[in-house]
Amino acid sequence: MKIEKILLIGNPNVGKSAIFSRLTGAKVIISNYPGTTVEFTQGKMKLGDETAMIIDVPGTYTLEPTCKAEEVAVQMLKEGGLVINIIDATNLERNLHLTLQLLEKDTPVIVALNMWDDTKHRGIYIDIKKLEEQLEVPVIPTCALTGEGIKELIDRLEEAKKKDLPASSDSQKWEKIGKIVEEVQKLTHRHHTLLERLEDLSIKPLTGLPIALGIIYCAFWVVRFVGENLIGHIFEPLFTKLWLPLLMKLSAFLVEGSFLHHILIGNFIEGKINFGQSFGVLTTGLYVPIAMVLPYIFSFYLILGLLEDLGYLPRLAVLADNFMHHLGLHGYAIIPFILGLGCKVPGILATRLLEERREKFIATTLMAVGVPCMAQIAMIVGLVGQRGGKYVAIVFFTLFALLVIKGLILNRVLKGVSPEILVEIPPYRIPQIQAVIKKLWMRLSGFLKEALPLVLLGVLFVNILYTLKIIDFFAYLFTPVLTGLWGLPKEAISALVVGFLRKDVAVGMLGPLNLSTKQLVVGSTVLAVYFPCIATYIVLIRELGIKDTLKSTSIMIIVALLIGILLNLIL
Amino acid sequence: MTIDLTQMQPGETGIVEEMQGGYGYIRKLQSMGVRSGKRITKVSSHFWRGPQTVEVDNVQIAIGFGMAKRIMVVVKR
Repeated sequence: MKIEKILLIGNPNVGKSAIFSRLTGAKVIISNYPGTTVEFTQGKMKLGDETAMIIDVPGTYTLEPTCKAEEVAVQMLKEGGLVINIIDATNLERNLHLTLQLLEKDTPVIVALNMWDDTKHRGIYIDIKKLEEQLEVPVIPTCALTGEGIKELIDRLEEAKKKDLPASSDSQKWEKIGKIVEEVQKLTHRHHTLLERLEDLSIKPLTGLPIALGIIYCAFWVVRFVGENLIGHIFEPLFTKLWLPLLMKLSAFLVEGSFLHHILIGNFIEGKINFGQSFGVLTTGLYVPIAMVLPYIFSFYLILGLLEDLGYLPRLAVLADNFMHHLGLHGYAIIPFILGLGCKVPGILATRLLEERREKFIATTLMAVGVPCMAQIAMIVGLVGQRGGKYVAIVFFTLFALLVIKGLILNRVLKGVSPEILVEIPPYRIPQIQAVIKKLWMRLSGFLKEALPLVLLGVLFVNILYTLKIIDFFAYLFTPVLTGLWGLPKEAISALVVGFLRKDVAVGMLGPLNLSTKQLVVGSTVLAVYFPCIATYIVLIRELGIKDTLKSTSIMIIVALLIGILLNLIL
Repeated sequence: MTIDLTQMQPGETGIVEEMQGGYGYIRKLQSMGVRSGKRITKVSSHFWRGPQTVEVDNVQIAIGFGMAKRIMVVVKR
C-alpha cells in the first residue's frame, strides 16, 4: 500500500501538533490549551523512499461539525488519506467517541495513544492488547513530548485498517465505549500530587484570583528584569563598543551632511552619533529593533511560552470570565489579548478561537486600540520612563481604561449577547525545555524576519520623505489637529506617518523632538491608539473583512482624536 | 434530590440526570464528557454568576453559569 496522505485527527489538546512536529520535524507551535490549531498545518515526511504529505487537522470532538474548526476537519476527511487518530490516554472514554466515528468512515485508521507517560502517575492502567482487539485497528502508545513510540507508529502505519462500520447513533456509541473502557482500563487510587493541589488552588476563586495577580505581577517583573539586563549587559555594550567605532569610520567616509550620510547614519546629535535620535538606517534603524525591542520580545515570549506549556492560561480565562462578559466577550478572549501583548498579529489570529462574529469584532477592535504590543511597550517604557514611572503608568492606565470603556460601549451598542464559556482546563504539565526553546526561537526569528525589515524600511522611508519635503506638507496639513487639539509640535507628524508602518520606530521618533513630559504622554498614547501597524491591519482585513475593518478603523480614529484632546486638557 | 449544577456545593458529587438546551450545545457537552448517567464533581463556582468548574472522569471543565443552570444533577443530601 502506498501512503500519500496522512491526516492527524483527534480531540483538541491531545498533542496532535506535538506528534506532527515529531513526524515532520517541521515548525509548528505546540501549546497546552485547546484549539491552538484552528488553521491547519501541513508538512512532509519520508516513508522509506516515498514522501507522504501529512496534515495536522484542527482538533475536533465530533465529525458532525459544530464550529468552523470542525467543519475544516470533516472536509479534510472527505478528501481521503490515512488517518492517525490521536487519543489522550489519560482520557480514554471521551476520546474514543471520535475514534468510533472514524471507524465508520471509508478510510484506514491507526490509533496513537498519546500522553502515555501521564497515565502512570495518574493511576490509569490501559491494556493495549485488549484495546487493539476491541477496536480491531493497531493501537500504539506514544509520548510526543519525549518522542517515545513515534518510531513504532511510523513502522506500523502500513497496518492501518479500513473498518467502514455501519453508522450507529450517539447513544449506541457511548454504550459501546462504556463496555470497551470497562474491559481495557483500570483506575487505581492515586494520591494528589503537588501539581494537582496547585491546579485546585489556582481555579478556586478565593485562592485563584490572588494567585493570578501574583503570577501576572511576577511575569511582568521577570520580563522587565531579563529585558533590562539583556540590554544593559549585552546589547547596549554591543552597539557602543563594537558597532559605533565601525559607524564612525563609515561616517567619516561618507562625509556629514551628504545624502547617503543622512540616510544611513542620520543627524549628529551634539556632534556625535546618538543611537536613539540620529535616525539613520544603520544607527537608530538597527538600534531600536535590536537593542531596545528584541530583549523584551525575548523575555516576554520566554515567560509566555512557559505559562502556555504549563497550562495556566485557560485558568486565567476562567477567572477573567466575569469581567470579560462586561466587555461583550467571554473569559477565553483573554488569551488573544495576552498574545497581543507580544505582537498583535498572532493576537488577532487567535481571535479565531471565539465562536461568534460579534465577539471577534469586539475582541479585535479592543485589541487594536487597548493592547499595546511588546515593541511599543518597550519603547514607551524606554522613552516616557526617562521622565518618571508615574508617566508610564498614566499611558498604560489610559490604554486600559479605553479598552474597558470601549468594551462596555460596544457590548451595549452591538446586537446580540456574548456566548458562554465552555472550556477544558488541562492539567498542569511541567514545561519541556526543548519545546519552550523551540517555540521561543520561532517567535524570535519571526520578529527578526518580519519586523526588522519593516523598521529599516520605515526609517529609510521617513528620511526620504524628509528630504523630499513631503513630511513638511503633511505637517502643514495636520497642524490644526496636532497643535490645536493635541498640543503637539507639528514635527510630530513624522511619528504619526511612520506609526502606520511600525509602532516602535514611531514612538522612538518622539525622542528627538524635545517634547515636554505632557506632550510625550499625549504623543505616545495617541500613537498607540490611532491605528495599528500595517502588519496588524492586513491581518485585521483578512479576519474581519473590509466592511468591519472600516467600522473598526473609524472607531480607532474617533477614540484617538478624543483621547488626545482629553489628555491635553487634563494633564 | 435533583438540582441544577450551579446549586451544587464545591466538592459535592452527583449523577448527571439531563441537560436542556440546543442540539449543538448538548453535543459539545457530551463530547467533553458531560452526559446523562455520568458522575460529576463540582470543583468550584466563581463569584457573581461566574463559570462553574466541574470534574468529569479526571478532566476539569469550566461551564458558563447560564449553561450550568440547564444541567440537572441528582445528588444525595
